[in-house]
Amino acid sequence: MYDAGKILIGLIIFLAFATYPFYSNMGKAVAKPEPKLDTPVIQKMEVKKCVESKEFMRAEHMQLLNQWRDAALRRGERLYKASDGRTIQISFQNQCLKCHSNKKKFCDECHSYAAVKPYCWDCHFAPKEAKR
Amino acid sequence: MSISRRDFLKIAGLSGLGIGFSATDLLWKRGRADAVEYMPSPKGLTAKRWAMVVDLRKFRTEEDYKRVIDACHRIHNVPDFGNPKDEVKWIWTETFEHAFPFQRNEYLPEGIQEKKALLFCNHCDNPPCVRVCPTKATFKRRDGIVAQDYHRCIGCRFCMAACPFGSRSFNWRDPRPFIKEMNPEFPTRTKGVVEKCNFCVERLAKGLKPACVVASNGGMIFGDLADPDSEVREILKTHYTLRRKAELGTRPSVFYIIGGEEDA
Repeated sequence: MYDAGKILIGLIIFLAFATYPFYSNMGKAVAKPEPKLDTPVIQKMEVKKCVESKEFMRAEHMQLLNQWRDAALRRGERLYKASDGRTIQISFQNQCLKCHSNKKKFCDECHSYAAVKPYCWDCHFAPKEAKR
Repeated sequence: MSISRRDFLKIAGLSGLGIGFSATDLLWKRGRADAVEYMPSPKGLTAKRWAMVVDLRKFRTEEDYKRVIDACHRIHNVPDFGNPKDEVKWIWTETFEHAFPFQRNEYLPEGIQEKKALLFCNHCDNPPCVRVCPTKATFKRRDGIVAQDYHRCIGCRFCMAACPFGSRSFNWRDPRPFIKEMNPEFPTRTKGVVEKCNFCVERLAKGLKPACVVASNGGMIFGDLADPDSEVREILKTHYTLRRKAELGTRPSVFYIIGGEEDA
């Protein structure tokens, strides 16, 4: 092999860079996301329940939001009959965010952890902004 | 036991189909809770084809136009960029000549020649903007309203080129800093999407008439064009009305009373 020394040094430098994120984070636990539900509206609720069960909302809220959007916007169906029989008005800004008024501690907590950047807030008012 | 090549392929094909079907079933169920239903609000106003009559005789002063425009732009968070190049508008005024180019002649009565027309989306029955939209962001609802899903708009502006009425505006810049008074109940738009009048679908769903109709003091009449007894149809029966560029075949749902005796 020609220039073995140079190639090996180069390889070592490359590997050092490529694996940097792994060994620099080794052993360090990143704080688990803990979305908070302690908003005034939720605390006043007698039965603390979202539209559907906690597990369903946690796993499927993005699909539900898409279905809500299409139902309300395209079909004009603005009422959602949940699986437990309650009828809920479909509105992200005027329904979801009325309870979940803590964007930073609720939405961003997991979204930042999972490095997803939903574009909701480009158009919909984040709860804080709405107050001004 | 041996199996022929032909039989093997048959079995393989059938199993493939079976796996495919079970997968579609899984995908279909995703995001759906059991026994859910979507319904329209019982309070909402409904129609087969919403339409509007604009009685321009009732618009006499600048103030009459401004009141209506402000009512719309305020509740829908329409920005004011302060320059015509970036302008975003849902409802606006235009000279008679520009609004009705084929109806113009130089011998028209002076009052009509100088008259400003109040323009907004015509919610055409045959909307060219819907036909050209590559993402189906713009669509015609079953009640005739031409609506737009801003989530889906990619900002290609085909609809702006297709609309013969200039009813659509593009957000060249972030509109948020240019909205004087925010209405927290209604979203804003974002940079890179097209927007236009939505016939106040969000108000109709609550049982309210469009904001411009309420602010117009009887200058705008809203109703169901498919219902022969509706207020709109009564007016169309008794008054001569114009539609903008009807000859283009888009079948606009907005009718204009230009002049004549005020007997309404």
